[in-house]
Amino acid sequence: MILVLVEPAGSETSPLSLEALTFARELADPLGVPVHAVCVGPPASLADLAAHGVAEVHQADDPRLDRYAAAAWAACVLQAAQGASPAVVMAAASPRGNEIMAHVAARTGLRMAANVVRAQAGPGGGLSVHRQVMGGAALEEVRLDGDGGGNGSGPALFTMAGHAVDAEPAPESTGPQVRTFTPVLAEADLVGQVVRTEPVAATDSDLATARVVVGGGRGVGGAEQFGDLLELVDLLGGALGVSRVVTSLGWRPHHEQVGQTGSRITPEVYIACGISGAIQHWAGCSSAKTIIAINTDADAPMVTKAHYAVIGDLHEIVPAINAELRARLAGS
Amino acid sequence: MPNVLVCIKRVPGSAGQIELTPDQQSVDTRHVGYTVSPHEECAVEAAVQVVETHGGAATVLTLGPADAIEQLREALAIGVGGAVHIEADNEAFGPADVAAAIAEVARARSEAGDGFDLLLFGTDAADTGDFQVGIRVAYALGLPVVTGVRTFQLDGDRVVATGDGPEGTEIFEVPLPAVLTVKEGGITPRYPSIPGRLKAKRAPVELIEPPAAPSGTGRVRLSLPPEQPSAVEILGTGPDAAKAVVDLLVRIGVVAQ
Repeated sequence: MILVLVEPAGSETSPLSLEALTFARELADPLGVPVHAVCVGPPASLADLAAHGVAEVHQADDPRLDRYAAAAWAACVLQAAQGASPAVVMAAASPRGNEIMAHVAARTGLRMAANVVRAQAGPGGGLSVHRQVMGGAALEEVRLDGDGGGNGSGPALFTMAGHAVDAEPAPESTGPQVRTFTPVLAEADLVGQVVRTEPVAATDSDLATARVVVGGGRGVGGAEQFGDLLELVDLLGGALGVSRVVTSLGWRPHHEQVGQTGSRITPEVYIACGISGAIQHWAGCSSAKTIIAINTDADAPMVTKAHYAVIGDLHEIVPAINAELRARLAGS
Repeated sequence: MPNVLVCIKRVPGSAGQIELTPDQQSVDTRHVGYTVSPHEECAVEAAVQVVETHGGAATVLTLGPADAIEQLREALAIGVGGAVHIEADNEAFGPADVAAAIAEVARARSEAGDGFDLLLFGTDAADTGDFQVGIRVAYALGLPVVTGVRTFQLDGDRVVATGDGPEGTEIFEVPLPAVLTVKEGGITPRYPSIPGRLKAKRAPVELIEPPAAPSGTGRVRLSLPPEQPSAVEILGTGPDAAKAVVDLLVRIGVVAQ
């Protein structure tokens, strides 16, 4: 059995968890084993889990789980796996997925691999994975069990990097059994519980889910020079994202940062203006469906890696795009 | 007064294209420098700020090769008081091994009556990105842990920490001693002063023998993702390209026809 931690995103199933279920199915099918899901509280959508081929849902129920605590979540994952001896326990490499799986690893003493993009079952039950390291600039092949793996007979533990696969429903949907259980929780598992959550302004949280992201880098030139970009954001109903140098220089706040140490974005289109495209930035934006680069340097990595590019000064090009958009919006 | 430990890792700088050693076991660092992971730079700054606000002492620790003393000295230069160097080839150490070695240092300090109240880490290292060392140390020492911390404050015998959750800013409150893993964004690292650098040069660094026989990382080999040939379509040059850009945005479906 392969056990997948499924996270909610608001009232829906997290899209990353659906990717993780797809990844798990591709690993499980050749082995002839089922995919199970573990949820804390009721799953956001049982229909999603059925469509993605989940055979059984392990649902942890306990009033003490109302507020998030990574250690308690990890306890639920381990207790869902109890008695079923899963070959793999995995989650999406979301902040929570990485955190909970690291707790699972610490509690079991097992090895865990973060940000896996490929997994392959070896002969004799071993599992080898390829995972992103150096912010995605290199891949590391790691043995997770079997000879030299150090995991003994325990399950392979890993998190799947976002967009390692596209979420695909199973060829045939299942009617998953839901097994609820009351986890055994120690007091220590609840110490690191969220005390309260303060909602952030809508504009601050849009970046990760925006359909259009307009990016600004060093080429923008200064804190006062973002007006054109912000107008383009407005006209397209998108979000502004910036490179690390922009936040380091204090031109824009950190929560707008796209990259290895900022947000990872997945918009329909990313318009990267004056961004050279360092590996750390690419790690955060490479999952955009279409990338348009606007840059004075036709050899900048952002330009050569983009799908489309305009060569020239962004402070001439972006206002022209804004004017064209305004004209079309007025005409439509 | 708080006794703070901050753990850092010497990692290859990776602003440019990276290369691998011929045996594919390491990043070829002949043409790149070394640095400290960005999240850990924030953790070091946080450690210095705690001592500035509350008194006490801050110690920086790394597990790494002899040259990792450079990174320890950078932390000393911005105001950390003491340094511990577990000198070892960190590439032979998996996250569980590193955590075990750090926990051993922390335990020894406790037994000597000089235990740490706050143990700071970065959320994940810029090179291996394991997301585990701080959490594993917390379990080894039986301490609470909060990860992805943007800002925090000590409040008596507790620490109040904030981090980004899926639905907003989450606030945590855990009793000390505790482990926090810090994420870049809430704390801005300062630059070292010249006197700070001079002082750091002369500061003593406690050398500790690495523990025997790490269990390892399980690494088989490193590889570089296949280089994609550029398939960029140049829409034009200068403002004249604006129409082509908007046409494209209409085709993609993000602008109404």
